[in-house]
Amino acid sequence: MAAEHASWEPGPGGYYGEFGGSFVPEILHETLAELREAFDEARQDPAFWGTYTDLMSGYAGRPTPVTHCPSLTRLLGGAKVYVKREDLNHTGAHKVNNVMGQGLLAQRMGKRRVIAETGAGQHGVATATMAARLGLACTIYMGEEDVARQYPNVFWMRQLGAEVVAVKEGNRTLKDAINACLRDWAESMHDTLYVLGTVCGPHPFPQIVTYFQSIIGQEARGQMLEVAGQLPSRVYACVGGGSNASGIFTGFLDDPATELIGVEAGGRGPDTGLHASRLAGGQGTSGVAQGYRTVFLQNEEGLMHDTYSVAAGLDYIGIGPLLAHLHQTGRVRFESATDDEVVESLRLAMRHEGLVPALESAHAFAAAFREVPDLSPQDTVLINQSGRGDKDIFTVADALGDEEWREFLRQRAAGYDA
Amino acid sequence: MTHLVVGYPSLDANWSMLQAMDRAGVDLVELQLPFSEPIADGPSFVRANHEAIRSGTGWREYFDLAGRAAAELDLTTLFMGYYNSVVQMGAAQFCEQLAKGRMSGFIVPDLPPEEGGELYAVARSLELDPVQIMTPTNSRARLQEIGRHASGFVYCAARTGVTGRQTDVSQGLGDFLGRCREATSVPLGVGFGIRTPDDIRALRGSAEIAIVGTAGTEVWLEQGLTGYEPYLDSLVAEAT
Repeated sequence: MAAEHASWEPGPGGYYGEFGGSFVPEILHETLAELREAFDEARQDPAFWGTYTDLMSGYAGRPTPVTHCPSLTRLLGGAKVYVKREDLNHTGAHKVNNVMGQGLLAQRMGKRRVIAETGAGQHGVATATMAARLGLACTIYMGEEDVARQYPNVFWMRQLGAEVVAVKEGNRTLKDAINACLRDWAESMHDTLYVLGTVCGPHPFPQIVTYFQSIIGQEARGQMLEVAGQLPSRVYACVGGGSNASGIFTGFLDDPATELIGVEAGGRGPDTGLHASRLAGGQGTSGVAQGYRTVFLQNEEGLMHDTYSVAAGLDYIGIGPLLAHLHQTGRVRFESATDDEVVESLRLAMRHEGLVPALESAHAFAAAFREVPDLSPQDTVLINQSGRGDKDIFTVADALGDEEWREFLRQRAAGYDA
Repeated sequence: MTHLVVGYPSLDANWSMLQAMDRAGVDLVELQLPFSEPIADGPSFVRANHEAIRSGTGWREYFDLAGRAAAELDLTTLFMGYYNSVVQMGAAQFCEQLAKGRMSGFIVPDLPPEEGGELYAVARSLELDPVQIMTPTNSRARLQEIGRHASGFVYCAARTGVTGRQTDVSQGLGDFLGRCREATSVPLGVGFGIRTPDDIRALRGSAEIAIVGTAGTEVWLEQGLTGYEPYLDSLVAEAT
């Protein structure tokens, strides 16, 4: 089944309500026009979605299951808890859905090289994997700060054959990597496709990424009917740029009885300035940057604020224009979870179900855990576990204050010094 | 036309640069309002934008400098900046500020002409020119579309990519400028990688305005006023 859903398609010019559009230097105009044309052709070709789903099942490990969580359900004492297992994808996160799709698109367009930006590193690893699989050259831009925080992913990207560029501008995180990628593309577009990692940026990227990630929601809707015998009362997903959220939400947009909840990074708390909550709490305002109009964390003169989260993949200044629109129309409710809540939720998921969500995904768990006790046993909730937590071992061990881990690291380091 | 990022390396340095430009006979200057996400700029201007912001350059400092230039110098100034600054000011207030500073118009590189409707209308009512950008990758149809909005002059980007890198003006530039000329009757300015009197000489006959950005800032940073003045003199001598 092709991913054709009018309810999440943008209007003319790539707008979702007042958000979206394409605000890029003129040099990229024809490139984006070429991409729009290639994408429209591909999705009107009935074979394309088939090729895509074959690749996802034969290579990436789809469909991912929906897991019932009886222990968490008993512990929380409210609705029945289910988890969509995007962590079981090859490379450990939902990111592979998008990159394999864009890789097929790059091949179809005759491009030989791909570039990508990455925050937590999951999108970078997924893109490097795709490039290795499809035989494309690959450059990954990553903020210097994120390189330091997520070095294991940098290691894997390089082993997979990608060049990793540490971006030293700005606050050296995801938004700066996006800017660096746009600059590379402005010079290299003749043979290069920018594989954007999330549902942000200029049209048609929010549409393309939502199209490929909609496979999550399509699967999840059918699986809930099968496994739980009903549609979920609520669906929870974490939101950085918003690709896993857009992916799962699109499966339920036309089900008004299912409430959709996007969970942003509350960081150290909404009043500290150290967070990335753009919609929850109302601190974000409308603006135009990085190629599109959405809600940004910015000052009154339109300069972007620094953002913060314990989860590198969530500390982004903007948000997918589809999600900004769905927030404005009231279809999606936005909440935030603080670092402390997130680490505690991760601990509960590990101890009670043996699930190891990424710190990003643990934001969705945190909001669900807060709300599930107030629901009835007839209700069901679905949490999107967008990625697995192995990559976060350094951050989590620090957050949990695990002394044995520290001792292990000291011994390893001593081994290198010897 | 020359360029400076307001607030970089400092507001005092900006004023000295403007005075030097005025003495050398530069007729047009882009004043860039620093923005935190300057996606059309190369690494050295990205750094300049961030450092200017870090040192506290905001709208007030920007328009104070533009106003002072209008009052004391013979230069014509032009706004260069990103669309979010315009969005946050509002089209009406933005254009009024430019008119007050006797600026001739604006270059907003991340605002495509099809999104400019309201802003262009206000600008026209105050006789400000929304300067359009043409690039070597534009199709003829797109050049015609941009040409329809052209006002004041057109900024022709001499190559793909962002600002600041060397451009070989001999490679295909003439053909590109010929296509630009077909698409508009306003004067053509050429920027991106124009650094030397030789570059300017190569443009003679095919463009009316040479646009020197990054190179000028680099000379200032490396040699200060003593190197900057003769550099400007050599450019102006070739351009007139």
